[in-house]
Amino acid sequence: MTTTAKRPRLAVWKFASCDGCQLSLLDLEDELLALPQAVDISYFLEMTSAVAEGPYDISLVEGSVTTPHDIERAKEVRAASRLVVAIGACATAGGIQSLRNYAEVGDYVSTVYAHPEFIRALATSAPISAYVKVDFELRGCPVDRYQLLELVTATLAGRAPRIPTFSVCQECKAKGNVCLLVASSVPCLGPVTRAGCGALCPSVGRGCFGCFGPAATANTSSLSARLAADGATPEAQLRLLRTFTAGAPEFAQEAAAQEAAAQEAAAQEATTRGGAAHQASASEAAAQEAAGR
Amino acid sequence: MTHGRHHSVEVGALARVEGEGGLRVVVQDGAIRDVALNIYEPPRFFEAFLVGRHCTEVPDITARICGICPVAYQMSSCAAIEEALALPVGPEVQALRRLLYCGEWLQSHALHIYFLHAPDFFGCQDAVQLAGLGESAARAVRRGLALKKTGNRVMEVVGGRAIHPVNVRVGGFYRAPSPRDIAALREPLQQALDASLETVEWVSGFEFPDIERDYIFVALRGPNGQYPLEAGRVASSTGLGLSPAEFADVAVEEHVERSTALHSRLFGRDAYLTGPLARFALNQAALTPLAREAATRAGLTAPCTNPFRSIVVRAVELVVACEEALRLIGSYEPPSPAATPLPPLGGSGPARAGAGATEAPRGVLLHRYEIGPDGLVRKARIVPPTSQNQLAIEADLREVAQANLGSPPEELTRRAEMAVRNHDPCISCAAHFLDVTVEHQP
Repeated sequence: MTTTAKRPRLAVWKFASCDGCQLSLLDLEDELLALPQAVDISYFLEMTSAVAEGPYDISLVEGSVTTPHDIERAKEVRAASRLVVAIGACATAGGIQSLRNYAEVGDYVSTVYAHPEFIRALATSAPISAYVKVDFELRGCPVDRYQLLELVTATLAGRAPRIPTFSVCQECKAKGNVCLLVASSVPCLGPVTRAGCGALCPSVGRGCFGCFGPAATANTSSLSARLAADGATPEAQLRLLRTFTAGAPEFAQEAAAQEAAAQEAAAQEATTRGGAAHQASASEAAAQEAAGR
Repeated sequence: MTHGRHHSVEVGALARVEGEGGLRVVVQDGAIRDVALNIYEPPRFFEAFLVGRHCTEVPDITARICGICPVAYQMSSCAAIEEALALPVGPEVQALRRLLYCGEWLQSHALHIYFLHAPDFFGCQDAVQLAGLGESAARAVRRGLALKKTGNRVMEVVGGRAIHPVNVRVGGFYRAPSPRDIAALREPLQQALDASLETVEWVSGFEFPDIERDYIFVALRGPNGQYPLEAGRVASSTGLGLSPAEFADVAVEEHVERSTALHSRLFGRDAYLTGPLARFALNQAALTPLAREAATRAGLTAPCTNPFRSIVVRAVELVVACEEALRLIGSYEPPSPAATPLPPLGGSGPARAGAGATEAPRGVLLHRYEIGPDGLVRKARIVPPTSQNQLAIEADLREVAQANLGSPPEELTRRAEMAVRNHDPCISCAAHFLDVTVEHQP
């Protein structure tokens, strides 16, 4: 892309991800051709083979850090950028691939690959902010393209972007949806999840699964108590909390509590079952004795 | 650059592909000694963390493998899980799935044709530069954007969201779109059909290098003589006709050091190609009427074995997607219920296996799952099109490099990059960080 000195320089970087968040930029079909008039797209490999060296004014970073090499790359991006903006669930919370954080990576590697010795991976999938300072985080799996546009526009204008931090419930109410949780006991993370998607899932009659991460002041344990009262097992709650933003602290904490509850329940069941089995075999022995054998 | 007697040409990273990866061509004594597509996609371990998840969560999770073709992942997941659970899915659900898939083909093919591939044919770095070449080029790029937008709109109406749709579930959909919302797609799709026909005309006028390849093609054959999208049996140019489950046994994957994507070979032996060229070769009789006419006008005859002309086949498939979408909205009946309810899960017993294959924009996408009686995934296997195509892409690269050995390094590199882009590799599905290195050794 041609370079002129005046326009702010934009770079788009990819780490471990699905490409969906940077695709959101290209999905701005009505605005895309105007974008290069406002910013100098200096590095955006999915869109252009023109590559300009830093420094960059704004770096949008998609994806999570999962390899030793990517730690170094994150530091290079930081060093070359005035503002670093993490976009999407992977860059802000580690993404779905952060499920590896709760398992032995060695087991994962050998499940997928025949030659684990060829694979170099960190034990965790972490947000960009785990390694470098991030100036702003835009949530979502994927991000909302209009929030992305607002972010770039606001940054260019030197004002704070208008990105809500309240919960999905507010968007859901505004859409006039009947509350799935209250009316039908459908497990829904809407009360603790940040708005931004437009309450998409409740609008098609399914519970929110938290892809915009925790809302401000999310009370996850209160919601868990309600879901449990509606019959959700700790295992089901654990799976609900451990998906696309599993690494977000508010969700991770509650997931850990549910995991402990699930393990406790399993241990209790094992004891009960063990006791029952013991009892059964004892009464069987007594019956055999009574039969005079 | 020339260093003594060694020639090496290097391009930082290959642009205009989905994701990032590397390729390397080694030249010695005027001949190609080695070619390699190096894939450094940081492994994300989907097949590992799917284990223990409930089968109803799988379509949402696998969608996250690829932001460009999430519907393909959702459709192959659903097909495989429904086979495992012996869950019947009605014709209305299948029709709606096909419509959703048409939307994905439209947005993905429009993105590839106009934004990733066409700039190569004009010597441009990107579509914005292409749009600056003159009024007709600007019109073309705007046409591409409009096509992409319509594809996304179909995905939003049927799937609830263009990237990672939320309305898909095992057994069908969460909510059937209203007939009124579906009918509102008619006008944009009608315009998209015209734009698709113009696209075929536009790309068929490009200049194509004269290279023919000897591919083994693998593609689905759609049910009822339809062009394959959301269902079908796996066919090949060598005469195979397999169920997805049988194909899962035949497509043998190997792990090589240069790639975090597994390489597939038929029977563990033959490299093969999947994607538009393969679909066209094995399904030309199933082309929709206007697509067939457009292909004829563009001078396409099946099989097309020039990989550079894949852009024309992709354009013809835009026409297929529009015609099919228009037909499907014309006969739309909201499925009721929107999804077949799951059978009661629980109890004990052996795991049940199921395989599903659908046609992602880039080719056959195979999923296979084993599901326990509790509904939890015991085993998952995902074979994306780009990993199946890796060996064929390397073979193309060898051929293209050989044909351009006498060219200046920049030209050789440009051709090598094009040889990769021809197949629209989705490196997020399979690959990462593509460095192009052409080494000349004495």
